[in-house]
Amino acid sequence: MSDTTQQDWIKPVAMAIPKGGFFKDKAEQGRYGMIFPKSPACYGFSIVAKVIPGREQVFYEYAKNIEKAVADQPDCLATLKLHYLRWVLFPIKGETYFMYQGIFDTDFDKYTEDAVTLFTKLGIKTVFENLEGFPTDWQTNAPAFIKFVRDHQCPSFLEYGEYPYVSADEIKKALKLKAAFSDMLDQMQ
Amino acid sequence: MLENEDIQHILLTRTPALTGQYKFLSFRNAMSARVWLSAILETVQSAAEVQASVDQNKRWVTVGFTWNGLRALGVDEASLATFPDEFKQGMAARAEILGDTGENHPDNWVGGLARTDLHAIAILFARDAAERARCQTEHEKLIAQCKGVEVLSTLDLEATPPFDYEHDHFGYRDRLSQPVIEGTGEVPTPGSGLPLKPGEFILGYPDEGGPPANLPQPRILSHNGSYMAYRRLQEHVGRFRDFLRRHGQTPEEQELVAAKLMGRWRSGAPLVLAPDKDDPALGDDLKRNNDFNYKHMDPHGYAVPLGAHIRRMNPRDTAANMNRRRMIRRGATYGPHLPEDAPEDGVERGIAAFVICASLIRQFEFAQNVWVNDRNFHQLGNERDPIIGTQDGTLEYKIPKRPIRKKITGLPAFTTLRGGAYFFLPGIKALGYLAALSDVRQA
Repeated sequence: MSDTTQQDWIKPVAMAIPKGGFFKDKAEQGRYGMIFPKSPACYGFSIVAKVIPGREQVFYEYAKNIEKAVADQPDCLATLKLHYLRWVLFPIKGETYFMYQGIFDTDFDKYTEDAVTLFTKLGIKTVFENLEGFPTDWQTNAPAFIKFVRDHQCPSFLEYGEYPYVSADEIKKALKLKAAFSDMLDQMQ
Repeated sequence: MLENEDIQHILLTRTPALTGQYKFLSFRNAMSARVWLSAILETVQSAAEVQASVDQNKRWVTVGFTWNGLRALGVDEASLATFPDEFKQGMAARAEILGDTGENHPDNWVGGLARTDLHAIAILFARDAAERARCQTEHEKLIAQCKGVEVLSTLDLEATPPFDYEHDHFGYRDRLSQPVIEGTGEVPTPGSGLPLKPGEFILGYPDEGGPPANLPQPRILSHNGSYMAYRRLQEHVGRFRDFLRRHGQTPEEQELVAAKLMGRWRSGAPLVLAPDKDDPALGDDLKRNNDFNYKHMDPHGYAVPLGAHIRRMNPRDTAANMNRRRMIRRGATYGPHLPEDAPEDGVERGIAAFVICASLIRQFEFAQNVWVNDRNFHQLGNERDPIIGTQDGTLEYKIPKRPIRKKITGLPAFTTLRGGAYFFLPGIKALGYLAALSDVRQA
């Protein structure tokens, strides 16, 4: 909650998260399942899945596609309310695994269908379709896609925020305000 | 092409009903339920029939079933399993997702709507009171012949005066923003967007995402069907008027507060087009009263506050994939009109509404969960929908204004949910299929 009435952002906060990823008494029911809690590091997920052997190269090509998509249309991911995304490939016992880690401002459950639509449009499917167990009918079956994501989500057991709970929009607003103030002061010289 | 002759009329047509009754039914045995269905089926009209005869007709009947109701009629388990989870679970079980907590919790619902043996709804709309009385008598006779069909409750509908336009008990003009379905020939009013693919509302047609997929089986049961979320919302008219008086010194100021909560003046005139003063002629003009956007015309909410009811229920050009979130609204008001100068009389009055869509989870539940009840919608931090959101007196409502916004704290609940349910609205052939099921199939 980027409730700006509380000046929570001044004080860094760490939060220990119980095994399983939920606070039992506070867990909120979302449309597709329990909602993972908001932490000082906002909402987020860490999806870990095994890459279908031999498909690694696809991921590197895909990275260039996303780079270009964002360069061409900088707000193309805006609906996801993101702070950061990290895509990682790593080996376990000679096999390649993929981690997709995101930090964002709204719980995934809320805008999950929008994400599926966006993934289709941007060609993010090229990555997911190279993961083992990814539902082949995901484009017409949002619940199956969401189940895959939830099944492969590895919840954090500890999260930290240097400026806790602040949304990306609030940060951008603050930076705009700062720029406007600088400009105002310059104009008054 | 839409199969209008197989689609229940409520999906595609509005009828000139001024009164009516909803009947909530429970089936004690399948045979009896099917006898009831076979009989009432004679009176259930398709969209094509109503379009051809609406001027002569005096009554319009719609029937729908809960998932448990389909089972009670004899639909087999394999078929039942193909329906989506949210429909199987039913509205009461989804309460937390929908924000139906506190006063709105299913424990407090009336009319047996939270019961798992709620099986069906019969919606009866009539042109006048005499016709309603006649139809009620007819239906009571039918029920008397079907020993295994129990009426759990009924709700009488009444339009509220003045009758020359649709409005709720708070006085807000209604039915201003309805989606138009491609292939109906209907032309959207300016500002209402392009016609949408029929699959957004009717099962078996392409939707805004592509060809139909994952439909309940068998095809004859789901084809031309739809889902309907029922909401019985009590409107606390006395509390609402007190609130307006508390926050506005003059009648004009009070009207502005009412308009700021809704995003439209009670006349229907949108604040984006009439920000300072009501314009009843604009409110009444379908060519103009929906012709506006937010992103360019009111990005900061100086006209329509970011959390106003119409901005949450239809964010227009400020939300992604709007075409996948639209809903058809039907329904009526119930309870007596509270005269303008009368104090709250404690009598229940409100709106008994239906939201019709092809996917309850993607359309109706999304609207409830995100648009209505997400406290942080549009970064508002501590708000919910001021008219239909879950309010417990702890939230606020911000009205952007230069130089400094107005913030109302401790917003009261102007509405309380008194009951609700998810119904499947089968096509006409599907109703025939259900009426002809036999117990033998239930192995």
